[in-house]
Formats: sequence, structure tokens, C-alpha cells
Amino acid sequence: MKTFDVEVRVWLKPSVFDPQGHAVEQALHTLGFDGAQNVRIGKYMHLTVTGETEAEARKSVEQMCERVLSNPVMETYAYELKETVV
Amino acid sequence: MREPTPEQIRDERVYRSLGLTDAEYELVVEKLGRLPNYVEAGIFGVLWSEHCSYKSSKVHLRRFPTSGPQVLQGPGENAGVVDIGDGMAVAFKMESHNHPSAVEPYQGAATGVGGILRDIFTMGARPVAFLDSLRFGPLDDGRTRYLFSEVVAGIGGYGNCVGIPTVGGEVQFSPTYRGNPLVNAMCVGILPADGIVRGTATGVGNPVFVVGARTGRDGIHGATFASAEDPEEKERSAVQVGDPFLGKLLMEACLELIASGAVVGIQDMGAAGLTSSSAEMASRAGGGLEMILDRVPVREEGMTPYEMMLSESQERMLVVLERGREHVAFAIFQRYGLEVADIGRVTDDGRLRLIWHGEVVADMPVAALVDEAPVYERPIALPSEPERVDIPASLPAREAWLAVLSHPSVADKRFVYRQYDTMVRAQTVMGPGSDAALVKVPGMDKAIAMATDGNSRYVALNPRRGGQIAVAEAVRNLATAGAKPLAITNCLNFGNPEKPEIMRQLSDAIDGMAEACKALDTPVVSGNVSLYNESRGVDIQPTPVVGAIGVIDGIAKRLQSAPTRERAAAGLDLWLLGREDDSLEGTLYGELVCGRPVGDAPYIDLAEERRLHDLLQAIAGTRAAAAAHDVTEGGVAAAVAEMMIQCGAGGEIDIPAGMSQLGWLFSEAQGRAVVAVLPEGAEDLARLAAAFAVPLRKLGRLVASEKVAVRQAGDMVVEIPLAALRDAYEHAIPMALRAGTAGASA
Amino acid sequence: MKWAVVVFPGSNCDEDAAQAVRETTGDVVDLVWHDATDLSEYDAIILPGGFSYGDYLRSGAIARFSPAVEAVRREAGAGKLVLGICNGFQVLTESHLLPGALLRNNHLQFRCEMVELVVDNNTSPFTRAYQLGERIQIPIAHGEGRFHADPETVEDLRKRGRIAFRYAHSPNGSVADIAGILGEGGNVLGLMPHPERAIVDWMGSVDGRRLFQSMHQYVEEGLADARANA
Repeated sequence: MKTFDVEVRVWLKPSVFDPQGHAVEQALHTLGFDGAQNVRIGKYMHLTVTGETEAEARKSVEQMCERVLSNPVMETYAYELKETVV
Repeated sequence: MREPTPEQIRDERVYRSLGLTDAEYELVVEKLGRLPNYVEAGIFGVLWSEHCSYKSSKVHLRRFPTSGPQVLQGPGENAGVVDIGDGMAVAFKMESHNHPSAVEPYQGAATGVGGILRDIFTMGARPVAFLDSLRFGPLDDGRTRYLFSEVVAGIGGYGNCVGIPTVGGEVQFSPTYRGNPLVNAMCVGILPADGIVRGTATGVGNPVFVVGARTGRDGIHGATFASAEDPEEKERSAVQVGDPFLGKLLMEACLELIASGAVVGIQDMGAAGLTSSSAEMASRAGGGLEMILDRVPVREEGMTPYEMMLSESQERMLVVLERGREHVAFAIFQRYGLEVADIGRVTDDGRLRLIWHGEVVADMPVAALVDEAPVYERPIALPSEPERVDIPASLPAREAWLAVLSHPSVADKRFVYRQYDTMVRAQTVMGPGSDAALVKVPGMDKAIAMATDGNSRYVALNPRRGGQIAVAEAVRNLATAGAKPLAITNCLNFGNPEKPEIMRQLSDAIDGMAEACKALDTPVVSGNVSLYNESRGVDIQPTPVVGAIGVIDGIAKRLQSAPTRERAAAGLDLWLLGREDDSLEGTLYGELVCGRPVGDAPYIDLAEERRLHDLLQAIAGTRAAAAAHDVTEGGVAAAVAEMMIQCGAGGEIDIPAGMSQLGWLFSEAQGRAVVAVLPEGAEDLARLAAAFAVPLRKLGRLVASEKVAVRQAGDMVVEIPLAALRDAYEHAIPMALRAGTAGASA
Repeated sequence: MKWAVVVFPGSNCDEDAAQAVRETTGDVVDLVWHDATDLSEYDAIILPGGFSYGDYLRSGAIARFSPAVEAVRREAGAGKLVLGICNGFQVLTESHLLPGALLRNNHLQFRCEMVELVVDNNTSPFTRAYQLGERIQIPIAHGEGRFHADPETVEDLRKRGRIAFRYAHSPNGSVADIAGILGEGGNVLGLMPHPERAIVDWMGSVDGRRLFQSMHQYVEEGLADARANA
């Protein structure tokens, strides 16, 4: 059994209005960061998973993302997975 | 890190960093008969802190009246309890969370709400309402806008999630709070009158449990930090984080456990966590406790006994169960998915003994920790005479009216309260925006009335009279809604007690409050003191905040603070109950024109005040009035305008001949209310007012018009569209917050 | 008829909903814990408001996996009435019993106030006691009530009369001002406003009564028909 370190990011799909991102963008402009555009705010999750192989662990993480960690109706996700070095 | 040895604590005066003075440390050594170790010194430090021991205020608090036939539980327990008739009772308490909120406003406010919630349900009461009394600096300051927005969000974040409506409170703004905002949270619960549960650890051999959240390193030294100046300079690690979801589960599980009858005593782990809860429970029982700290569920590895005892992790309770009935608790907590650990037992040797890794790591007499904590008679300055100032009439009536209504302390607070769930539990009869909130007792035609108040300007100008007014205003709110006042709780927010002039304010304000409590038959049944409210050496204005509780039998009798649109449109007369007054002393008008509080505190006579309250209840009983609203900040002008804005009707107001126009409009003389009455109800009203010996004067009338006119002897004083008053009142706070955002871009 | 109100850890409008049903219909209501696996004895099921599982991941996201929601799915498929209020609506969209999703309010604040709704469908089992186009007063109390769905879905909802209630003045930025929608079979309703808070006059509105009465009437008629046919 191997252990993998997983970082998951979840954010709203481009078609969905993100009022938090919008508010932060306005604030950045207010503070003079005029070049700041397209601010989107999402979630970051960190977890470890175990699996016989990396492929198996990846499959498990993808299922988690699709079923629980994100809602495909409004969100999209990405993840990174690395085997932990003991 | 190695903990200092007992000798190092003495020689290097480590005890000072634990909150003990040299004299207090000597006293600890004397009580123990040896040098305290680090754990013991830390425990004495927090329990003898101002926050836990009330050492500066205790001698003065004794002057409050605390008993009466309605009082089922007075001060000294987790909350006070009063009888509301028909076998039901109400538990309530208010508590400050000022310093944590100044550092981390969202979590500070949220954990303040969570803490007071646990104090209520530990009494065996089902929490039914929150009220919050907030004080901030002016909104032209970016930091203040941030604190204000975050505190409100934090209160909502916790209260909305636990499913208890926030039904009232108040927010006031003054430069005095710029560096030191106040967040006072009050919770109210309902219980059967014979169902009070107390925080006592009795029955030798009974098991002691920790339930709820795991213990982490958060909030260590929160209690000592609460009593220290300039919390910003302290580490932010002292901030605790609230978990309302866990708080809700803990509440439901504890109420179920209490209902099972297996609970001997239960207490929230609030300030100073396991230390204060265990010591206080043992102290109330006159016994002792032995706890094995290895069994405390921890969130982090390697926590020391010192850290476990001083942690202020939220959502934890200490419970003493009846021996042999532990399984009842396990079954309940398991169903709610909550952790429960058996950590010790009740003893009869009067000692708090802590065991870790098989060794006794602390062993102290409970009496020394709690009952024999130092009590100080701090020096008190001589009273100062209120200054005599002429208040210039430099602001004309129309401008002053708009300025008063748009002052954030008076202006519409919808921005705040629409972020709170004010209706969950579906028992809210009157919510925020009313003089008093009314929450129905489920299944009965009875409602609890509740209100908070406390105007620091009056207390700053004249502490004793200001103290009287703080109680009178809160209690008057209840009577204005038609309820019978029963009792109060309070938060005494004052500056540094080591300054004799601050002790003068505290002592005098307590005297004034005690006098009002006696006159109005509303004893003090619970409360809290918050001292060291200062920033960079400057103390806040003395701010006693009062939370008042009453009852109304028959909710149809209730008086709204404004008539319905339909009734107003049909035409109602406006009457002033109480003294005719045209003094501007102590008024918001005075502060607006002089830039600071000026003169003496406004007029108050406690006997007149009492008669007004009795009259208002009688009026509610006869349904002679369509609405009643008390006269407070901003005077008659603000009271009338608020009524007009709420019911959407304009009207006509007459200033009596011989009265100063500005004085009559803006005087904040106490003991007064405005009532709206059908023209044919005038006779009934006059009869009642005469019976209670309350002066009565016709103010004018409400009419279905967009115009408001104020006249004196037929001459126009102010003519203004209702919309102008409404804009000033409703837009002030949203505009102040928006202006801030725009200002930052410049 | 018999009603169930499902209680999740963190539900806080469960008692309110049960009380409203009793008050408006006189029917029997059971509060059912989230681990219930069989709800077949009930004619109508309410998923109440609150913060199930703290709503820490997304509102309704964890509740969706509870045994009770599996049971709700089965009963909905069998034509039973399912009403999701506020957090219950969020649970229904997360469970795909209703389309779309409920996002953070566009102004980012929690909002609790009386709002005006427009009745957009008065033929469903939930709305038959209202007039089409009628304006009613029902309170809201939510931080995540902004209904979102792709344009095709919204158009489909509109065409098929599945928008039950619209806001007269949107308090949260919902697409098409949607306050409540019906499932494909018409027997599932999700709505953000709280009808259980508009039952008696001292609450400020009694417009919520007819929603529960509509459900009662619909089920009782069905039961009467079944008896007549038996």
C-alpha cells in the first residue's frame, strides 16, 4: 500500500458569476492594482489517500472530486497527487 | 520547551507573565503552604484574573438588588432564572467579548455568541433568542467599518447556524470606541420553573466527563488577555475559532441528556476552559475534583497539563453524571457523533487534583482558587461635578432633525439585522426594529419580552444618573411593548480599574443602576464585568449595558412601535406620555453641535419612570393605543419620525407655547413615550394617564400624507417631506459603508 | 395522511415545519432522523431548513449521502410529495432530484426578511390553492440562495411550467428570479423561502398556509380516489 499526498482545488465554472471574486477584484482596483483581472475564488483541500498504485489512487481521487468535493453543476476541479516519501 | 521550576517561577518572577502580581503570588504561596509549580501558578493566574474573579468590582456588585418573588436563580450560576408564570421560567444572561472581537472580529463575535448560548442551555433551558449590544467608533474609519461588518457577520454566522433567532439588541457609534469596540451578547432560554440544572459537582465518586470538541492549544490565556490593555499587541494565537455546527449538536445532546435526569451538574468550558469549569463546579458543591488529564481528548500531539488546563477551545462542556448512569450519556452523545471522555471523579477533600502520566501535577485547595480569590477595594476618586455649558442653538431644527436621524446610533439598523435569522423557531412575534422583541412561549398565549440598552454618553456625564437611565431605558422598552418587566442582566464595560476616576464611574454607575432596579422592581439576576476597556491609555466612556426581560400574557395585547399603514392612514392622534422638557443637556443634539458629550445627563425621576411603565402596561391591556414608542436618543423628534417612517404616514406636530423649539424637539428627558391613538380613544387615554398620575399632552396627529409639519402657536417651525426624513434614516448606514469604499480609492 | 420531516445533524427548521403542518392541516407529522432507510409509510416528506452537517463543504452536499435521502429518492420516484425548504432545496439540487444549484447570494451576505413572491404555477400539488400570478408574502433566510442553471435548463423549466415561485424583487441574484422549482414529475418542490414562517397573523403573513393545505388536499383526494377504486 502506498500513501499519496493530494492537493485538490475547486472553483466556480467560468460561466458562473463569482461574487466573492468580483468583490476582491473591485478591492484590488481600489487599492491601485488596476492590472488585476478575472479574480476567481475557490477552495483548496489537502488530504492523503492510500492505494496499491498511483493509477488506483488517481481514480479514487477523481471519484471523490466528482461525487463529493465539487458540484459539477457549478464547479470544476483540478488536483495534484504525489507519493509521500517516508 | 521546559517549564520553569517552582524556584524559577519565584526567582525570575515568571508569575507576572501568568497574570499574578507580587502580592498575589505571595498569597498563593501562603494558601498552598509551598511554592506553586507552573501548572498551579497558571491556574491561580487565570482564576484570580479580573475576568474570572471580579476582584475589582466584587465589593461594588454586592449593592445590586438580586432577589424578588420572581427570581428563581440569582447571580452566581451560569445564568439567572425568573418565573414567568404558568409553570414556566426564563434563563438569561449577557456577556462581553470585547477584547477577542477587537483582535479577530468575526471569530470574536461568533465565539461570544457560542459561549453565552452554552451558559443558557447548561441551566436546562431551551435557548430561544439572542440579542447583541454593539459599540463601535465612527464609520468614517476603515478599521471600524471592517470591525463592524465582521462582528455582524460573525454573530449571524454562529446564531443563524445554531438555529436560534437574533431578535434584538442595539448598535451605537461614538469616537470613544474607536480603539476598543464592545460586543455584548445575550441569550434567553425557556425552561420549566422546576427544571433548573446547576453547575455543581456533588456526590462523591460521581464521574466527570468532558464532552464536545477536542482540546487544542487555542485561546490559551484568553481570560488574562481579556483583562489586559491593547490586545492587538498580544499574540493572535489567543483567538479561538467557533464551530456552530458542533455547538448545535452539543446543545441538542446536552438538552437531551439533562432531560434524561442523569446529570448532576453541567458547566460550559468558557474563559480559562477546564480550569474555571472544574474549580467553579467544585466550589459550588463545597467539594473537590480529581481529573486524569491523560484522558482529555486532544487535537494536537504533545499537549502539556498546563496547556490542557488553560485551553479555551470552544464547544466543550464539563459534565458530572450520576454514577451508574454513564451509559445514558454515551448513547446520546454517540447518536450526535460527539466525543465524550470520562476524565475523573468528584471527591470530598475540597481539593482540585490533576494527574498526568501517573503523577500528581497540581493539587490545590478549591476554596483558595475561587472563594478566597483576592478582592480589592481600589481607590475611588472624588466625584466630579457635571460641567455647566451653554449648548449653542447653532443647528436649526430641520438640519438637526436630519442630522439626528442620520446619526448611525439612531439610523435604521436594517443593514445589521437582515443579516441575522430573526425568525427561525417560528416564534418571533416582534423582532428587531421594535422597542422590545417578543418571542412566544410555544403552545401558550404568552410571550417573553426582551430588550437591551445602555447610553454611555449619559454615564460619562453623570455616572449615577447615567446608571439609572441605562436600566430605565432597557426596562421601558419592555413596558412600551405592553409587557411586565421582571428582571435584568448586565455587562459593565468600563476602563482601567487601577485609575481612581474609573472606579468612581463604576461605583456610581452601580449605585444608579441599583436604585433603578429597586424602583422598577427588576432585580439583577446575572451579569458580567469587562474592565480595562482602553486603548493607548485612553479609557472608553463608561458603558453599562442592560438586558431586560419581561412577560406579556396574551400576545394580542402587544403594542407595536408604529401603527400599521392602514391604521395610520385612517388618522391617529399622537400623544406624549410623561414630562414636557426642553433641556438639551446630555443630548445627541448637544454632542452634534459641540463635538463631545456636554452638560449633565438628561432628567430622570425613578418614581415617574415607574408610573409610566405601569401606565403603558395598562394601555396595552385596554387596547386604547395603536402603537407606542419610547423617547430616547434624538428626543421626541426622533421618536415621532421613526413612527412616521415605519407606518408611512406624515403628520402634524405642535410644540407647546413657551417651550424652546430645539429643546422640546431634541430633549432626551427620560420617562417618556409617544403613543398613537384613535381620536375616539382620547377619553380612555386621559382617564388612564390621570389614574397613574402621568402627564399627558397631545403632540399632533398622523395623516395619510407625504408631508410633515411642526408648528408652534400656529407658526411653521419645520416643514419637510416624509421622504427626506426616511432617506436620512434609512440610507445613513449603507451610505457610510459605501462612502468608505469609495474614499479608499481616492 | 402522514408526513415526515427529515432531521439531519444541523437542521434547524425541522420543528417549525412540523408545527406548520400540524397547524394548517391537523395531520400526523413524524420527525425522522437522517439514518432512516425506509420512508414508504409517509405520503409527504419535508427536507427542512438549516445547516446540514454545518454546510461546510457546500450547502446540502453531505446530507445528500445520508440513508434518508436515498429513501426520499425512492419515494419521489414512486410519486410521493417531497418538499425541500431552503437547505432542503439545496439538498435536492445536490441530489439531482432537482436541476441547477444554489450559490452564494450575489451581495455575499446572509439575508433574512419578508419578500414578495409571484405564483408562476398554480396547478402543481403544492400550489393549487394559489391564484396564477398572485403575489404572496413569505420570509427568506439564507446566505446561499442564488439559483443557477444553464440557459437551456432555465428555458426548459420555464416552458414546462416548472418554475413554481419567482421573486418580485430578487434578494439574491437568482437566474430568472427563481425562488422555487418543481421536479420533472411535478411531485418534488424546492424553494428557498420559508412557508412555515408565514402561518399565523402574528408572523406578519399567513400566505404559507396554502402551500401545506394544497399538499394535504392533493394527497387526501388521491387517497379518496384509491379508496373508491378499491
